[in-house]
Amino acid sequence: MKHRYLPMTEQDQKEMLETIGVSSIDELFSDIPEKVRFQGLYNIKEAKSEAALAKELTALAAKNADTTNNVSFLGAGVYNHYKPVIVDHVISRSEFYTAYTPYQPEISQGELQAIFEFQTMIAELTGMDLANSSMYDGGTALAEAGMLAAGHTKRKKLLVSGTVHPEYKDVVTTYAYGQSIEVVTVPTKDGVTDMEALKGLIDDQTAAVIVQYPNFYGQIEDLKTIGEITHDQKGLFIVSANPLALGVLTPPGKLGADIVAGDAQPFGIAENFGGPHCGFFAVTTKLMRKVPGRLVGETVDQEGRRGYVLTLQAREQHIRRDKATSNICSNQALLALAASVAMTALGKEGMREMAKQNIMKTRYAKNAFEAAGFPVAFQGAHFNEIVVKTNKSVTEINKGLLEKGIIGGFDLGRVDPEMANHALIAVTELRTKEEIDALVAEMGALQ
Amino acid sequence: MSHENQPLIFELTKEGRVGYNLEPLDVPEVDLEELLPAGYIREEAAELPEVSELDIMRHYTALSRRNHGVDSGFYPLGSCTMKYNPKINENVARYNGFANIHPLQDEETVQGAMELLYDLQQSLVEITGMDEVTLQPAAGAHGEWTALMMIRAFHEANGEGHRNKVIVPDSAHGTNPASATVAGFETITVKSNEDGLVDLEDLRRVVGEDTAALMLTNPNTLGLFEENILEMAEIIHSVGGKVYYDGANLNAVMSKARPGDMGFDCVHLNLHKTFTGPHGGGGPGSGPVGVKADLIPYLPKPVLVKTEEGKYHFDYKRPQSIGRVKPYYGNFGINVRAYTYIRTMGPDGLKAVTEYAVLNANYMMRRLEEYFDLPYNRHCKHEFVLSGRRQKKLGVRTLDIAKRLLDFGYHPPTVYFPLNVEEGIMIEPTETESKETLDAFCDAMIQIAKEAEATPEIVQEAPHTTVISRLDETRAARTPVLRYTKQA
Repeated sequence: MKHRYLPMTEQDQKEMLETIGVSSIDELFSDIPEKVRFQGLYNIKEAKSEAALAKELTALAAKNADTTNNVSFLGAGVYNHYKPVIVDHVISRSEFYTAYTPYQPEISQGELQAIFEFQTMIAELTGMDLANSSMYDGGTALAEAGMLAAGHTKRKKLLVSGTVHPEYKDVVTTYAYGQSIEVVTVPTKDGVTDMEALKGLIDDQTAAVIVQYPNFYGQIEDLKTIGEITHDQKGLFIVSANPLALGVLTPPGKLGADIVAGDAQPFGIAENFGGPHCGFFAVTTKLMRKVPGRLVGETVDQEGRRGYVLTLQAREQHIRRDKATSNICSNQALLALAASVAMTALGKEGMREMAKQNIMKTRYAKNAFEAAGFPVAFQGAHFNEIVVKTNKSVTEINKGLLEKGIIGGFDLGRVDPEMANHALIAVTELRTKEEIDALVAEMGALQ
Repeated sequence: MSHENQPLIFELTKEGRVGYNLEPLDVPEVDLEELLPAGYIREEAAELPEVSELDIMRHYTALSRRNHGVDSGFYPLGSCTMKYNPKINENVARYNGFANIHPLQDEETVQGAMELLYDLQQSLVEITGMDEVTLQPAAGAHGEWTALMMIRAFHEANGEGHRNKVIVPDSAHGTNPASATVAGFETITVKSNEDGLVDLEDLRRVVGEDTAALMLTNPNTLGLFEENILEMAEIIHSVGGKVYYDGANLNAVMSKARPGDMGFDCVHLNLHKTFTGPHGGGGPGSGPVGVKADLIPYLPKPVLVKTEEGKYHFDYKRPQSIGRVKPYYGNFGINVRAYTYIRTMGPDGLKAVTEYAVLNANYMMRRLEEYFDLPYNRHCKHEFVLSGRRQKKLGVRTLDIAKRLLDFGYHPPTVYFPLNVEEGIMIEPTETESKETLDAFCDAMIQIAKEAEATPEIVQEAPHTTVISRLDETRAARTPVLRYTKQA
């Protein structure tokens, strides 16, 4: 058959079969027993030409309400941020995106160096000693952090704050079940971790305490105190952090964190309907040899030139098999590259400015909601999200907003019945004052 | 490839340069001290680069010129299926209505995306011969673990929580035993026989009432089809275990044999291998899992379903589900690419993919068998494994051969894997390479085999033409430098 991806010609086929010494391709499959042989063709849609398929899928994509033609206030872990245009130009270079894991360093120095730079940027932002080359996403990175803690402390209990992203907590719970680790939720008070409850729950069997910074409700947790409570019991302190917020917030590394996990999606990565995003994983030096996934290290070649290699591989599945620190193999290297480009573009100044704009615009929105008579549920310090109380279903309100070209906040009732009629509103640097005013006005009109 | 050493981006920094541009703040600015608690305002800025936009493009362009991808040249990395990554896939994944949609939008507003995912699920059900598919796992290893967690839940629900052993062949991918451990199982290794296939006697010996599952790649990592698959499935099923298909090698059997017809109960696929999601320098991947009917209740939440009204819906009401394995719904962008590929190939195309992949591999194997040892001499499937033991006797190791191939502009094959072949060289050409490319690579391999006899030092000291020579990996591991630190 002729196809633009298949260079085989009839002449090629003839010559190749001759070299092999068989008369047909079918003979090469003679080792598949008759009984399991699939006959005929798959019952799937017929092939389409390039142009026809592009047309069809363009129409399918257009069925979705996107965050470019609409104004989005939806966050809850995935955010609509400024994406420097160069990000896509860099990750579209096929030397990067069509390469495999850099197992052959002599022809993979570009990828290896880019990852080394990513590791450095994440370590800088989180205030940790080192970071790995990426994880699938923030949720699985957090779960791996919990597993690392249980292995390291030889304890079987994780305390997860009730203010951690509910989907992240669910993922931690699934992983924990596999390892027979108990997951206990720490109650919430005023939108942050309840300290007294935490003190009551923690004991010498606690492997780790897991909190989010800023937390699911956009509030800033008191990491320093939680870290101290955790370390008093010799547990590990795990922080799931929004890396953009660390442009202005004190990094968890300075507040006692042993592991910082999270998602670098705010850095140049599209919402992508939830993935691919870019998990990251940063630790203190004492945990270096327990880190899951790939690490790139600096070394020299035979002539003494600086170069980069995958290192400390004795932790990994392809060497250690059932004794590996994790089963992770593929990671999110291309997204780590995207995040690196965005972090580089923002740079030292831009990271702080963008983070600050998120805080200021969210503060403006909070004041605007309150001025319009909407109670804002939690009054602690926030980053780029606030919880607004409505007097009717958020999902219903959002239907009305969409008619005005606005994608409303997350309906917290979807994950917690007690939080019905509460909208989690995200305000990033991309939202203008006019858009925020319009959101408040439309929500006022709809309820 | 560029031979110029490229400084780290941090070394290109100059204070005061910027590479971004934000709208000026259009709302009142107040002191951060008024908004954030004491001690929570960052005192020292993160040491991020300060460079212009052109600096950034030049830097990454320079790095890209020090990297080899499929578009740069032949990449016969066994077990990794380094086929062409179609460009239309990249375009479609970037369509506004796919890239810029939020996972928590109301379902009504993302029906197009859900329709694509549902149609992909249905296509994979047909391709694997399973009853249902979840697209949530982010990669192959994640899929393995997801499926093993389902098997565990199945046994527990049947009051057989004592089943704690997962059997893997000695030739299995490293992720198999690692995933078994993460899912809470112990691994038992079953031996290969002299034909390179699972030793049935050994399999009978290791199974028992504690058997939870057998994990198997078929064709196996030697590129050989496990002919006794039905018998093996029967051995496992007869003691109450489940049979798991590692789909890493699906490229070898599309339209020829489906896991669901071979006695497998569940399967993971690597959409970034068989279905052309680009490898991205290590990721992202996508590792969907397919299951037979009796495992459906344990699928991870949410399950994408089509309602009677023809709407697509994420179903969370799954009381026996293993729970959530990933936030949101998987690596959607990679699933879009795989879907685009399947629609580009169609049923005839996917059949041709497998036929040509297998033809290419057998052709190369026969061209090279005279020059290298071929431990298992029979038709291979999509890949084959040579042994460099003949060259080893001449003082030339398989690693040297791999490094010498770099001088010819090739990415080397997978080496020293699977573990049951001495000095293994695992070659997977894929169907997207032309005969001319295969011939040129074979010529290079033959030349290296001759060099190993006549001038072994050329091979031992390779590579000679790369931007950097062999790196000191021992030093990297003994004194790890995992980040740049600014010199004071």
